[in-house]
Amino acid sequence: MGVAMADALLRIEGLAKHFDVSKGWLTRMIENQPRRILKAVDGIDFEIRKGETFSLVGESGCGKSTVAKLVVGLHRPSGGRIIFDGADTAEATSRKQSAALRRRWQMIFQDPYASLNPRWRVLNIIAEPIRMFKLAKDAQEIEDRVAALLTQVGMSPADGEKFPHEFSGGQRQRISIARALSSEPEFLICDEPTSALDVSVQSQILNLMKDLQQQLGLTYLFISHNLAVVYHVSDHIGVMYLGRLCEIAPAMELFANPRHPYTRLLLDTIPDLNMSGRARQPVQGEVPNPINPPNGCAFHPRCPFANDRCRDEIPVPQVKDSGMIACHAVEEGRL
Amino acid sequence: MALLEVKNLRVEFPTRRGTLLAINDISFSIDQGEVLGVVGESGAGKSLTGAAIIGLLEPPGRIAGGEIWLEGQRIDGLDYKAMSSIRGARIGAIFQDPLTSLNPLYTIGRQLTETIIVHSGMSKKAALARTIELLAEVGIPAPDQRIDSYPHEFSGGMRQRVVIALALCANPGLIIADEPTTALDVSIQAQIIALLKHLCRNHGTAVMLITHDMGVIAETADRVAVMYAGRIAEIGPVREVIQHAQHPYTMGLMDSIPIIGHDVERLRQINGAMPRLNEIPNGCAFSPRCPRAMDRCFVDRPELMPTEQSGQAACWLFGEGNSDGGGDG
Repeated sequence: MGVAMADALLRIEGLAKHFDVSKGWLTRMIENQPRRILKAVDGIDFEIRKGETFSLVGESGCGKSTVAKLVVGLHRPSGGRIIFDGADTAEATSRKQSAALRRRWQMIFQDPYASLNPRWRVLNIIAEPIRMFKLAKDAQEIEDRVAALLTQVGMSPADGEKFPHEFSGGQRQRISIARALSSEPEFLICDEPTSALDVSVQSQILNLMKDLQQQLGLTYLFISHNLAVVYHVSDHIGVMYLGRLCEIAPAMELFANPRHPYTRLLLDTIPDLNMSGRARQPVQGEVPNPINPPNGCAFHPRCPFANDRCRDEIPVPQVKDSGMIACHAVEEGRL
Repeated sequence: MALLEVKNLRVEFPTRRGTLLAINDISFSIDQGEVLGVVGESGAGKSLTGAAIIGLLEPPGRIAGGEIWLEGQRIDGLDYKAMSSIRGARIGAIFQDPLTSLNPLYTIGRQLTETIIVHSGMSKKAALARTIELLAEVGIPAPDQRIDSYPHEFSGGMRQRVVIALALCANPGLIIADEPTTALDVSIQAQIIALLKHLCRNHGTAVMLITHDMGVIAETADRVAVMYAGRIAEIGPVREVIQHAQHPYTMGLMDSIPIIGHDVERLRQINGAMPRLNEIPNGCAFSPRCPRAMDRCFVDRPELMPTEQSGQAACWLFGEGNSDGGGDG
């Protein structure tokens, strides 16, 4: 977004991540193939204010998880800047500087079966960040803090002695949250934190996350493909399609008045639990291959409003009062 | 007569630490052309019910009791050969992951024609024509060219269309669809659900639709069975179950789904988790989590009882002499 907000905790400017998915050099020479670049994230801008929840939604392969990994530092960006609390994270080059920054954000992963070390006791899993960042004086203090964290996420301090396999999926996700909170972060990156869970457990975790946000003043970057969950948790929502943001808007506004044709499409695919008998118009077509995306606006092959300009020219994000939209049809007032 | 009738089905898994009862005495029926949704959380036994009907329980799992009747013929306990003549021909199956239900080494044309020839005895040429017709029906563009493609050359949604064509090719009376849209993206999910609904209506095929997604059930099913810990908690017409759930578990489940347009600070939640198979409590399996549990619930197991609506719920709230029955809680 063009205008920098004063209270932005995280600012993303032109962030890009390109993966080289070419075959080996010899194969390329023999088969006379060019290099192939997958543009997983291709220049996106957004801001997250302190204490709010910003969600990224989109279908699989749109790059939303890559954004999470870029922000948390698991991938090195191919371009653009990540500015956390006024400081460019790329400039924190020394170990000490980057550790000081990294303590302030943590990540919660999708699969609580894969993200906890099965050979460690829960106590040690949660204590690792405390030890790593030297946040406690002695073993007793570590133990006390782990007990407090377990209580905070709705578990019992005695659970610290157990191993992850002794817990259900929902409890494991609570353990991941406790681990994420142990370094006293301000900012949590949550990559599909509930999509591996059953609905009744999902509601427990979403409630817990909301409670913690209020108690600790946390800021969330929330990645999900489930629009109903996103509606429930978010303050602002960014809709991604093939590595780019199509629309950013406050949650209420996005659902009440979706503007980008892709946002409309997504909202239209939500099954109707009110059983109004509304016939859904299933969208034609599928997400194109990101290695070889369409020219112009990547959405134009599926877009009912596409014209020649959409087929040639990539729409430039237009900042509007409370958000952003990248669509020629909206810009020209055709929509 | 119902197309499929399941009576007192029990499925057990003998293990070294004792026998686990994964499905405990469930009964239901599916009528001709009807879509029965089966919902529940993971581990509730919904997929096992489907596997038991189609005779694909993974050993050591086995049917320990009860009967399964298909069009008046008892099909549980049939030998492998007799069962394979039913599978595909009279009961079709659609599984979650379309990549694992197609053979990666054969073209999709070959897989479909082979199935048609085996079940209908058509000539090769007629089967090929039928294949192209089916692929067109499930919405594969240019089917006469795509029959020579291999499964990996299709996208996820297109692959699931091929699997639907495969399930329909022998015109079975019943299709068991186990999480047919779970592996797909939301926009593709809507396409596949619409297709399945449309085709089954045209062919008069009954569907047992197993899913954890209430939204999919709401759009597709005629009736719905809600499973919990190997039992049916509630069964009834879909509109009633979704809008006026009777069983406290169904109510909790419906309330815990976030809905767009409902602005709530906190979602209603059911505390705790579904018990593991070796820790199923006495009485009603839901009693430890139930906000309305009574003394009796911890001792006696409730059977399905008629509610004030046209469905049935396995809950003592609807037992005899209980004036507190019904209501939306």
